[in-house]
Amino acid sequence: MRKSAIAILVLSLGAALPALVAAAAAEEGAAAPEVVHWESWRAGNTVTDLASLQRGAHNFMSYCNGCHSLQYERYQRMADDLKIPTTVLEAQLLPPASNHLDYITSAMPSEDAALWFGKAPPDLSLIARSKGTDYIYQFLKTFYVDPTRGSGSNNLAYPNTAMPAVLSSLEGVKEATFKTEGDEKVFQHFESTVPGTLTSAQYDDFVRDTVNFLDYVGEPVQAARRSMGKWVVAFLVLLTALSWLLKKEYWKDVH
Amino acid sequence: MANEAHSKAASAPGLWGWINKRLPVDAFWRSQASEYYAPKNFNFWYFFGSLALLVLVIQLVTGIFLAMFYKVGATTAFGSVEFIMREVDYGWLLRYLHSTGASAFFLVIYLHMFRAMLYGSYKAPRELLWLFGMFIYLTLMAEAFMGYVLPWGNMSFWAAQVIINLFGTIPVAGPALVEWIRGDYGIADATLNRFFSLHVVALPLVLLLLVALHLVALHEVGSNNPDGIEIKEKKNAKGQPLDGIPFHPYYTVKDLLGAGVFLTLFAIVVFFVPTLSDLFLEKANFEPANPLSTPDPISPSWYFTPYYAILRSVPDKATGALLMLVAVMAFFFLPWLDRSPVRSIRYRGWIYRAFLALFALSFLGLMYLGLQPAQGIYVTLSRIFAVPYFAFFLLMPIYSRMDRVKPLPDRVTFHA
Repeated sequence: MRKSAIAILVLSLGAALPALVAAAAAEEGAAAPEVVHWESWRAGNTVTDLASLQRGAHNFMSYCNGCHSLQYERYQRMADDLKIPTTVLEAQLLPPASNHLDYITSAMPSEDAALWFGKAPPDLSLIARSKGTDYIYQFLKTFYVDPTRGSGSNNLAYPNTAMPAVLSSLEGVKEATFKTEGDEKVFQHFESTVPGTLTSAQYDDFVRDTVNFLDYVGEPVQAARRSMGKWVVAFLVLLTALSWLLKKEYWKDVH
Repeated sequence: MANEAHSKAASAPGLWGWINKRLPVDAFWRSQASEYYAPKNFNFWYFFGSLALLVLVIQLVTGIFLAMFYKVGATTAFGSVEFIMREVDYGWLLRYLHSTGASAFFLVIYLHMFRAMLYGSYKAPRELLWLFGMFIYLTLMAEAFMGYVLPWGNMSFWAAQVIINLFGTIPVAGPALVEWIRGDYGIADATLNRFFSLHVVALPLVLLLLVALHLVALHEVGSNNPDGIEIKEKKNAKGQPLDGIPFHPYYTVKDLLGAGVFLTLFAIVVFFVPTLSDLFLEKANFEPANPLSTPDPISPSWYFTPYYAILRSVPDKATGALLMLVAVMAFFFLPWLDRSPVRSIRYRGWIYRAFLALFALSFLGLMYLGLQPAQGIYVTLSRIFAVPYFAFFLLMPIYSRMDRVKPLPDRVTFHA
């Protein structure tokens, strides 16, 4: 149902596009808006923030899991690490007919997905490790209307991505303005044409929580690793100090 | 003396005597540790030999446990590494210790080699010691490369592609050789399987054998020292070198301190920055091997990049590969290229110091450049840096003889 809603949204936008482009062009002459440097946007997530991770898990299950799997993460592991009570896990996160110990797969058959989108949506278990958290943050915030694309949208962080702007119901629909420099199109700024259900700040938080969750999934042990590291390093510093004293004691008689 | 010690322990009562009558444990310990004399003036640079041994042990132990969970095979390898990272108890620790250990191995080996170049440790009578060390280095390169391929990430795949294809530049036999190494028409399951076998069985055996030979040769001739003079030339009435101290306990406790400092730094990397911003574990290797998608740029691990920069600085691939080979093999000839009458940099003139400094700078420069994309200024700079690199070796017979050396001291320099 979500998908059809988006399709309607995108189609209606396509119809309104010529007028919008003209309006944008007229505005450009009036006042030059600031150029948005999306490449410098940072995710700024905190992987020890459990509340944020829980929201991120919820976001992922509601908006991403339809197409994307987390093939190396089990539901139970997620619930344990994120302190999600079993009742909540079962009521809100666990798909019907799934077991707690199942890996987080997607319901979409990848053969069909490849047919629908041109390529199967990738598994996101390691996306935060292979592309980085800032990349995902930028990717989810730089979708814009592009009628030349089959999906009706395009992306600045991943140009010509096969992924449609599935979060536009939340973020709203954005137009992108480009300036032509030589034979290169240089991005200037976004213009919101249809508002979403979230404000801009709320959407940023939504994306940050989702990125945070993916950061956690990329390396579930990372928080435990760092907290264990403090003790290990403290022990080794102590051991080193003792061995320094031992060395000094022995070397006293070397002249 | 060893015989005397041997008979003493062997005549001891009880189990200790029984064992020593059959196996010279006591005599071995005396001759190799508690009565093995090492120069007392070792400095910071002399920690890296024992540290290399420590890293070797770390790699062997973690490697044994990793191999219990790793599933070799083009369809299983990548997933099994993630299984180790997520579901094996402390699997992540094993894996990070092993991946950090690989980089640490090269770090300590490079510092160990540089020490030999600072103090002329490769010069007579330590040529064989140096050669065994160089063979260890070569084996380590093969071991590290094949280990890098095992996770079957995308960088694993493409690194294998680039490195194996280098053999294709060999005239006539090249293409057939490449196919023989791969065991298939492309980098494939067969390649991964044989690399696993070599990585966990063949090369570690070779490494251990070479390390044993390296140590036997070392204990035969004795260690060099920062002054580059022989401590064996000045002995006391008991035949012990005046400037020597028993390896145990003096250097066992000193090396323990070195190990403490090293392990602290090592643990900081393992627990807090295991990828060391792409240097120890690369982002592209968290994507499974994909023959259809080339990472941009393909760069080998940092410890290979000096040679990689030289390879890429030559437009003709065959010449580049040859130059790269020369860059690695040149180290083998140091004992015969160096014509200086003294060993240590302390008593050499400014010419050797300048050449060595330029060499070190060019090695580090090439290391940096090899990590950058192969274009524009980076290639030009690689060519510029390659000149002092090769000049260091090629001109050594000339400048090492020309250099004005200082008189050697009678005894080693030591401040308690």
